[in-house]
Amino acid sequence: MYKATVIIKRRPKILDPQGKAVEQGAKLLGFNNVKATRIGKYIEFFVDNKEKASAEEEVKLLCDKLLANPNMEDFEFTLEEVK
Amino acid sequence: MKPVFGVIVFPGSNCDHDAYYAVKKVLGYNAQFIWHKDTDLKNSDVIILPGGFSYGDYLRTGAIARFSPVMKSIIEFANNGGFVIGICNGFQILLESNLLPGVLLKNKKIKFECKDVFLKVENRDHPFTNSVDKTVLKIPIAHGDGNYFAEPDVIKSLEDKGQIVFRYSSADGSTDDEFNPNGSINNIAGITNERKNILGLMPHPERASDSVLGNEDGAAIFHSIANHILK
Repeated sequence: MYKATVIIKRRPKILDPQGKAVEQGAKLLGFNNVKATRIGKYIEFFVDNKEKASAEEEVKLLCDKLLANPNMEDFEFTLEEVK
Repeated sequence: MKPVFGVIVFPGSNCDHDAYYAVKKVLGYNAQFIWHKDTDLKNSDVIILPGGFSYGDYLRTGAIARFSPVMKSIIEFANNGGFVIGICNGFQILLESNLLPGVLLKNKKIKFECKDVFLKVENRDHPFTNSVDKTVLKIPIAHGDGNYFAEPDVIKSLEDKGQIVFRYSSADGSTDDEFNPNGSINNIAGITNERKNILGLMPHPERASDSVLGNEDGAAIFHSIANHILK
């Protein structure tokens, strides 16, 4: 079994108003060094599969089909074996 | 013969009854509800994907509804030339299904926008607008994620092929940026596919179809598709 950790980010060109709002909040608090804030998603789940390569394929397919929208998002993930 | 409108009900749809009421009780067409777990479209002539918050907008708007069992039948129906209207959340579902190109991002100013807007009707020789007798319609919007985005080549193709049906505008049809409520590229409020049998729009024509509500501009969109079918 593998634990998948998926991070989904808006593609750099895509407007991120939430990130902008959070950055404004940070600046209001005096964190003036904060730049280029982007908000994404963190998703974790287990894949009940003994083969790492095939688990990787599964996660990639799930990301492509459901978890990320290729019009606006990129994804990356890691797999960690769980005994 | 009266055309039959099939109104899809997803968990979290909240404009399904408004759409049903507008087309059946106000405009006098036939209408029926179709539960999202059904796969039979019950001989509907037009499918309406209504507004709301299907699956709580979890993950992304429309992302989970897109895999409801009924969607397989709707995609097949649409690919065979069947007429589909996606309103607000319904538009978001059409984009997630790849029945229409692009994506709806969060409104540029983050705020949920709920108000009447003016829409410039770009093309009135069209299945969804043939009975519209005005160049500008007043129809309400109510959404948090209505900022239409697509890559420049997609936008160019939509413009070139006349697929942009409605743009946010002033009362006299100016499409300056100040009349854009959500940041949509080129003030896009509604588009169709190339074949012009699938319409997605953020504004709510079903909320502007009954005279007692003081605005019937939306009715023309439903009359248009009915006239097109009866032709």
